[in-house]
Amino acid sequence: MKLTLKIWRQKSQQQAGELKTYTLNDLNSHMSFLEMLDILNEQLLLANEDPVTFDHDCREGICGQCGMMINGIAHGPLKNTTTCQLHIRSFSDNDTIIIEPFRAGAFPIRKDLSVDRSALDRVISSGGYISTNTGQAPDAHAIPITHQTTEAAFDAAACIGCGACVATCKNGSAALFTSAKVGHLSLLPQGKEERAERVINMVNAMDEEGFGHCTNTEACEVECPQGISVLQIARMNYEFIRAKIFEKEK
Amino acid sequence: MLTTLSRKMIMALTGAFLCLFLTIHFLGNLQLFMAPENARIQFNAYSHFLSNNPLIKLVSYVLYLSIIVHLIDSILITIKNKKAGTTYQQDRRKRASKWYSRNMGILGTIILIFLVIHFKNFWYVYKFGHAPLDSNGQKDLYEIVVTTFQEWWYVVIYVISMIALCYHLIHGIYSAARTFGLYHPKYVRWVKYIGITFSVVVCTGFALMPIYIFFTS
Ligand code: HEM
Ligand code: FES
Repeated sequence: MKLTLKIWRQKSQQQAGELKTYTLNDLNSHMSFLEMLDILNEQLLLANEDPVTFDHDCREGICGQCGMMINGIAHGPLKNTTTCQLHIRSFSDNDTIIIEPFRAGAFPIRKDLSVDRSALDRVISSGGYISTNTGQAPDAHAIPITHQTTEAAFDAAACIGCGACVATCKNGSAALFTSAKVGHLSLLPQGKEERAERVINMVNAMDEEGFGHCTNTEACEVECPQGISVLQIARMNYEFIRAKIFEKEK
Repeated sequence: MLTTLSRKMIMALTGAFLCLFLTIHFLGNLQLFMAPENARIQFNAYSHFLSNNPLIKLVSYVLYLSIIVHLIDSILITIKNKKAGTTYQQDRRKRASKWYSRNMGILGTIILIFLVIHFKNFWYVYKFGHAPLDSNGQKDLYEIVVTTFQEWWYVVIYVISMIALCYHLIHGIYSAARTFGLYHPKYVRWVKYIGITFSVVVCTGFALMPIYIFFTS
């Protein structure tokens, strides 16, 4: 396969960037998208050029590192797939592919396709946990919980924090990400105890990072590699209202 | 500072109140579809009753306030979202959402322009202008309505505005239910269908009023 890549090259956050064109020949169509970028980088290194910086870690669709805009869509054209799980057979021979970093007001670009998504980490550290020592795994039947509830909590917990929702949202809102964590923990018995403080702290943290308002366009759900439901956002609103009404004075 | 969620809550509460008002306004205006002579007497009596009822007066102040708060809040939200959002060299994000959900500000601006025209046409003339009197000695708002809609371009403006309002409401009602925290999939679906039905019925009905008057008088 032959592919023409137009890749966003930017030396640092301060410098301006631009799209640069590269051509790759003789690619194996079963190659993953990141393997294709590896091949490009090999060639750039051999030519004494600066390789393209991009984030990746697990390459099996669970760490959420590999976010990038491929032809104007987060993680590329395949639904419910991360970039690392995308293969170049999803494109045709002689295609031109435009690759840009995830962008948002709260996501400064570090270099090329690598983006600083630590804003999401700070939202998590404001409340995305339970304050108990976990110790050893408890007996499975020690805390009663129904199958439906665990499944619902797990649907929310499936978020891998890649930031595709933010990059896709026209408002640069992190509502889907934040609500997934709020929804996940507020459903579980251990998480329920702190649900009021959690939602308020996480919403405040989300706002401090400069993420926008959710206007329910639902684009985030469509492009989410994990298919997190926008109803999590409604649940976050519910949790937030509930917390505001029943909030105890500290 | 209000949180992003609270700002949307204000948007949704004022929007919901406007919808409530719209329903009453719509039901009242259905009288315009009656035979002209009955319509004149009954519509004028109804208008007279509304403008002299203290409870309705109170509601109308809440209404003016709602419009202003909804407007200011929409500007704040849109500015913030423009700053937090971004653009791409190649941008195909549009595939994932409906055009009217992305353009609530523009639809709202059309509605705002319409409101100015609409207030000038009827509200201002009725309150501060020199309205003619009908055979019962009441201000003849019906006459003003009929005269206004003799102009084809007023009819066009009203119809276009009702289309904008319809799309604004289809997304608005759906979005407001989310903002109010309705997360149960079954009820979310119901709200969606109820919202679409409400928006289409009310806006089509309103749009038919100028058309009906234009062709019958
Ligand atoms: C003065 C002109 C208006 C402007 C500039 C305006 C603007 C907006 C904007 C920007 C939004 C937020 C969009 C979003 O969340 O996606 C909104 C929401 C809404 N608007 Fe309006 N609007 C106007 C008039 C109206 C009217 C007349 C009604 C009802 C009859 C209405 C009902 C609603 C509702 C129900 C919402 C949903 C609130 C939510 O998203 O939670 N608006 N409007
Ligand atoms: S590299 Fe881990 S999800 Fe793609």
